[in-house]
Amino acid sequence: MKTTAYDCVQMARSTKRPTGTEFIEKVFSDFIELHGDRRFADDPAIVGGIATMCGTPFTVIATEKGTNTKDRVYRNFGAPNPEGYRKALRLMKQAEKFRRPIVCFVDTSGAFCGIGAEERGQGQAIAENILEMMTLKTPILSIVIGEGGSGGALALAVADEVWMLENAVYSVISPEGCASILWKNSNKAAEAAQSLKLTAEDIYGLGVVERIIPEKGDIHKIFGRLGTDIYSWYRRYMEYTDEELLEARYQRFRKIGIEIDEKGLNK
Amino acid sequence: MPINWIFKKSRNELEKGGRIPDAATQEEVEMTQTCPACGREVPLSEVWSNNFVCSCGHCFRMNARQRIDFLTDKDSFEELFGELYSTDVLDFPNYKEKLESICQSTGETEAVVCGTAKINGELCALFVMNPYFMMGSMGTVVGEKITRLFEYATESSLPVVGCTVSGGARMQEGILSLMQMAKTSGAVKRHSDAGNFYLVILTDPTTGGVTASFAMDGDIILAEPGATIGFAGARVIEQTVRKKLPAGFQKAEFLLSHGFIDKIVPRSEQKKVVSSLLELHHRRKRA
Ligand SMILES: [Zn+2]
Repeated sequence: MKTTAYDCVQMARSTKRPTGTEFIEKVFSDFIELHGDRRFADDPAIVGGIATMCGTPFTVIATEKGTNTKDRVYRNFGAPNPEGYRKALRLMKQAEKFRRPIVCFVDTSGAFCGIGAEERGQGQAIAENILEMMTLKTPILSIVIGEGGSGGALALAVADEVWMLENAVYSVISPEGCASILWKNSNKAAEAAQSLKLTAEDIYGLGVVERIIPEKGDIHKIFGRLGTDIYSWYRRYMEYTDEELLEARYQRFRKIGIEIDEKGLNK
Repeated sequence: MPINWIFKKSRNELEKGGRIPDAATQEEVEMTQTCPACGREVPLSEVWSNNFVCSCGHCFRMNARQRIDFLTDKDSFEELFGELYSTDVLDFPNYKEKLESICQSTGETEAVVCGTAKINGELCALFVMNPYFMMGSMGTVVGEKITRLFEYATESSLPVVGCTVSGGARMQEGILSLMQMAKTSGAVKRHSDAGNFYLVILTDPTTGGVTASFAMDGDIILAEPGATIGFAGARVIEQTVRKKLPAGFQKAEFLLSHGFIDKIVPRSEQKKVVSSLLELHHRRKRA
C-alpha cells in the first residue's frame, strides 16, 4: 500500500522514534546540558548545551518530547514555552561568541498554546529567535527529526541548511487544525495532510530543505551516518567568511515564495 | 432595511477604497453598522467622520485603503508592488476560487498594501494589512511585498510604518507561508542593522505567524485600544488548557501590562503620535 501524507504524520509522531536528546547523545559526544533562559525559568521541552564531534565543540539544541509517560508530561510533550525559545537563543548567542557551529534537532507539534505562554510573549519569543538567527555569525544546521510544527519549529530552524528525516513532516499548521478551520471537521485531517504538502519529499520539492536523510527502515541505526553528514557540513561551512555566510542565509529564505520574472512580475 | 444587506452593501462599498464619504450615496450615509461592543446602531456617516470609532470607544475594522486615508497626508500615498498577485502554488482545494472571489469583492490583489507616504509631512515606507482579504493572512505574496518594502526602505534610508492585522500564516500555501516569517524577518533585520526606524501599529486582530515575526520586531510597538494580539487563538488555548481564559486575555491592554507593547494609542491621536515618533527618529550626526 502506498504511504499517504497522513501516514507520514503518524510516523513522525510515533513515540517509538528516538527523541531530540537521544539524537544529541548518539550523534555527538561529551554532551553537557546547560539550563535556563536567565529571565524566567528552565523549559524542559527544549534541551541544549555543548557537545563535541571529532574533538570540535558544537552548540546543540533539541526539542524534547519525553521518553515515557511521566517524562512526556514533564517535557510538556515537546511543546516549548517562551522561556524555552529564550534559552535556545541564549545558547545560540553563546555559540556565536565562542565561534561554535550550531546544530538544532527539531521535533515539536508546535509552540505551547497556554495562558502563561501568551502572558510571557510566545509570539515575541519566536519572533526574536527568527530575527536574531538571521544574522548569527556562526553556521547553523537544523534537522527536522519528527514533527516540524509551524512557528514553534521555525524558531529553531532559521538556518544555513535545513534537513529532514525521511519520515519527518514540516507544516504551517497541524492537519487536524487545518481541517477544523477550513472544513469545520477535524476528521478530514488526512485530506488536509495531503493538501498541505508536508512530507519530506514535498518539502524538498518546494525547495525549503536541502536534504532528506533516509531512514533505511530502521531509524535507530541512523546516528552514525548522520554524524558523518553533519561533520562534512561543518567542514564545508567553515570555509565561509561571516559576510558570505549571512548573505547566503538571507538569500536562502529570500528566494522562497513566488517566482518573479526579470520585470519583477509573477511568472 | 435588513441588517445583512446593509453589511454586505456597505462592505463592498467600503472595501473598494478611496475616500468613501465623498463617494457615498445619501442612502448609504443613512445606513448603520452595529457596534459589536455596545450594540448600538451607528450611522455610517458617524462611523466615517469619527475615524471608524464608535462613541463607546470601540474601533471598527478598516480596510487597507481606509486606513491609509486615515493615517497619511492627502494624496501623499504612492503604492509599490501592487502588481504582485497570489497564485495557487500548492494546488490547494478551493484556494484558486477563494482568491478570485476575494480579489473581486475587495478590489485588491493581496492582503497587504505597500508604498510610500507622508504622515504630517514625515516621509516613510508604509505597509497596511487588510482584514477583509482572507483575514489578512500571510502567504508568499504578502511576505514578498513586505520584504520588498523593507529592502526598498533600507536602500532609501526610510523609516517603515506598518499596520498589522492578520489571522496568521495562510495555510493554503502550506510551508511556503511559514517561510515568509523568516523571509520578512531577514529584511526587517537588515533595515534595523542599517540604523533605520521601524514603527508598528498592531490592530485587531494580530495573531499567529504575523505576531511571531514582523509584528513584534518594531523598534516601537503601538496598538489600538481593545485589539486582540496573540500567538495562539483563544479557542485553541481554551481547548489545550481546559480552563476559562482570564478577562481581557490577549487584548492590547493585557499586552501592555505584560510588557510587550510600548503604548496604546486611540485613533484620534494616532497620526500625531506616529508623525512625532518619526520626527524624533531622524538620523542625527553626533556632535
Ligand atoms: Zn459601541
